[in-house]
Amino acid sequence: MKNGKEAALLGGATFVALLGAGFASDDLFRAHAWVLVFVLAASTIIMMRRMEVVPAGQVPVQKDTSGYMDDVIRYGVLATTFWGVVGLLVGVIIASQLAWPWLNIEPWFNFGRLRPLHTSAVIFAFGGNALICTSFYIVQRTCRARLFGGNTAWFVFWGYQLFIVMAATGYLLGITQSKEYAEPEWYVDIWLTVVWVAYLVVFLGTIVKRKEPHIYVANWFFLAFIITVAMLHLVNNLSMPVSLTGSKSYSAFAGVQDALTQWWYGHNAVGFFLTAGFLGMMYYFVPKQADRPIYSYRLSIVHFWSLIFLYIWAGPHHLHYTALPDWAQTLGMVFSIMLWMPSWGGMINGLMTLQGAWDKLRTDPVLRMFVISLAFYGMSTFEGPMMSIKTINSLSHYTDWTIGHVHSGALGWNGMITFGALYYLVPKLWNRERLYSLRLVNWHLWLATIGIVIYAAVMWVAGITQGLMWREYDDQGFLVNSFIETVSAIHPEYVMRMVGGLIYLIGALIMTYNIWRTIRGDVRDEVPMGGNLAVAPKIVAAE
Amino acid sequence: MSDQNKDIDEETGVETTGHEWDGIKELDNPMPRWWLWTFYATCVFALGYVIYYPAIPLLEGSTMGISGKTNRSELQIEMAAADASRRDRVAMLAEQDIEEIAKNQDLVRFAVAGGASLYKVNCSQCHGSGAQGGPGYPNLNDDDWLWGGDLEAIYTTIAHGVRNDEDDDARFSQMPAFGADGILDRPQINAVTEYVLNMSGQEHDATLAEEGAVIFAENCTACHQENGKGNRDLGAPNLTDAISLYGNTRTTIRAQIQQPKHGAMPPWIDRLREANVKQLAIYVHSLGGGEEAPAD
Repeated sequence: MKNGKEAALLGGATFVALLGAGFASDDLFRAHAWVLVFVLAASTIIMMRRMEVVPAGQVPVQKDTSGYMDDVIRYGVLATTFWGVVGLLVGVIIASQLAWPWLNIEPWFNFGRLRPLHTSAVIFAFGGNALICTSFYIVQRTCRARLFGGNTAWFVFWGYQLFIVMAATGYLLGITQSKEYAEPEWYVDIWLTVVWVAYLVVFLGTIVKRKEPHIYVANWFFLAFIITVAMLHLVNNLSMPVSLTGSKSYSAFAGVQDALTQWWYGHNAVGFFLTAGFLGMMYYFVPKQADRPIYSYRLSIVHFWSLIFLYIWAGPHHLHYTALPDWAQTLGMVFSIMLWMPSWGGMINGLMTLQGAWDKLRTDPVLRMFVISLAFYGMSTFEGPMMSIKTINSLSHYTDWTIGHVHSGALGWNGMITFGALYYLVPKLWNRERLYSLRLVNWHLWLATIGIVIYAAVMWVAGITQGLMWREYDDQGFLVNSFIETVSAIHPEYVMRMVGGLIYLIGALIMTYNIWRTIRGDVRDEVPMGGNLAVAPKIVAAE
Repeated sequence: MSDQNKDIDEETGVETTGHEWDGIKELDNPMPRWWLWTFYATCVFALGYVIYYPAIPLLEGSTMGISGKTNRSELQIEMAAADASRRDRVAMLAEQDIEEIAKNQDLVRFAVAGGASLYKVNCSQCHGSGAQGGPGYPNLNDDDWLWGGDLEAIYTTIAHGVRNDEDDDARFSQMPAFGADGILDRPQINAVTEYVLNMSGQEHDATLAEEGAVIFAENCTACHQENGKGNRDLGAPNLTDAISLYGNTRTTIRAQIQQPKHGAMPPWIDRLREANVKQLAIYVHSLGGGEEAPAD
């Protein structure tokens, strides 16, 4: 019986969730359990409608499992696009809330609850889905092997979506363990652990059964990302629930140890989720799109190992000039500075891969997207080590400079490379000859770039303004500004930041439209990219 | 690595490593020299920094580095320098009588600068960043004072606060809840309201106000005086001007008679130092409405 086991399992899980709602020891847990009941019940019904019973004596039709497993990747592409738009939209909303505080709608839609919704939606929902689906795509092709574990890949996909839904609804309800980028409470953390282990099994299993003699560099990065994120997640979320049917838990760490563990986690979420994982994407899509070999094998080895080794120590730079012991601050800073070149190794290997193919930038806006993405990667991985220097950090810390830095990385590097990957994947996965429109890709590219530049520039201005105003003393040695004066001073920048984000969101909506039309099989009647330049060689030829 | 798969890339003339995955090959380029040397340079810098500053954790504490500098020691040096530069003036502020301080122009400048800074950190939350006040929080720029506007009076208000349980010397007064406690009935309250509107020169019902004048004389003059000018000893506000803590409209005046709001302010003498409270008093006095000390 097809799908019977799945439907039964989902039904059982629905019942357990119902028990959770019934025996909940606090109202928040009850509300959250009802969300889970609703989601699982809906999934059970869908699964039951998909059940097929094979009459006795007949051989059930076997699914063709000889080729690559691409269905789950198609779903991943759609989920990435969806969560990307959601995450960016919430970003524009909270940017507006900062500029116009009356937009805070109590209690569910105030800044405090929407902010983790934005960060989690962008990093874990958009970025996470992008990483899962591209890693599934890349590992199959670079290993010449179908995904290991049969339907486990589907479990990873749907399990991860359930994690996102539970995390997001929890934030809105007000459930949080107050750890930045690790806000979900203990029961959601446990669920993510289960899903993540399944992800590791699928990925590692595929590598083990590969038909290629060597493991491609992209897979090193993906594997480093999956294993390290598992370790970070487990350690930072160690906690004791108050009740097994309650939404509150207490962390295993306290005080400055808690802060250090949190930023060991937080910084390596950037390092291994947003850097190593996305470098895995870069190492596949850039050479494919440029149709060029990777620039240097040796560089990829050295920068991989140095990046992996150095990144894990850099977290304490988030805690300069705090109660953290001086020695830990020193180590956090020097490891961050040494991280500069290992980070740039990825940019060099990506950009130099275009050697001999630079002319393609004229006609290929998808390749442009990858190049812009690498440029922002290079910029933010220079800015990061610079900001970790204690003298500079004393000005930049706690200001919007940090926010600008994070967004030039997230919007510029992670966003752009994901958009490029989606543009690469959609025609291939849906067997279309080409994208609906390259001109629209170009529009997306420029809107996104302008949006990021506005965002980063105004956050630099805002951050440095704040930093200077906070430390301004008069000639008698007294502080000049009150906090609220530093807030009102940067109001124009807050408005401009919202505009920058809105432009970036519009670009993403154009992409969504382009992807939808491509999947439908439409092709836009348009002048090819670089069409007017195509005349030039003829003139040269005539001379 | 099978050498026979190695070939030469046509575009660049560089040899490949012989690996291939899904059509992706790798060139055997060396690492860029500038990249490698910059990497080494950052490592050398890191080593130097580790030797100079506290860096290596030991069983107890850590290596202190050649410099021996820590966040705390550097902060202490800076704080000590700042303290040293103003120690004399702070001592004078602490010891001298506030009226005496006011005669020393240099000390006043110092007090106003310090008071402005203290105000921003401690006072602006209620009184506003421009000391403009708001409903329930007095404006400190004008010359209308509830508890007195000379230096001594302002100092006392800041030092001990208003209507708090922490300080026995806190300013204290309580207007009866004329409506809520049934002292006056509703028509009477309406009449007094019209009279108060009349006193502050606003549009009012003359007949009711006449009636209200009688009620006012019987119930309110003990604190607000017969002319309605108030009494600073009791913190009873002047009702004849256009300035009012809880609003000057018919509705807000009526509400205040019915069931008065009683604002509170914490004492600052235990939170700040003596010199700081004097700085604040001199700063607030300097904002525009400060009064001379009474002649006696």
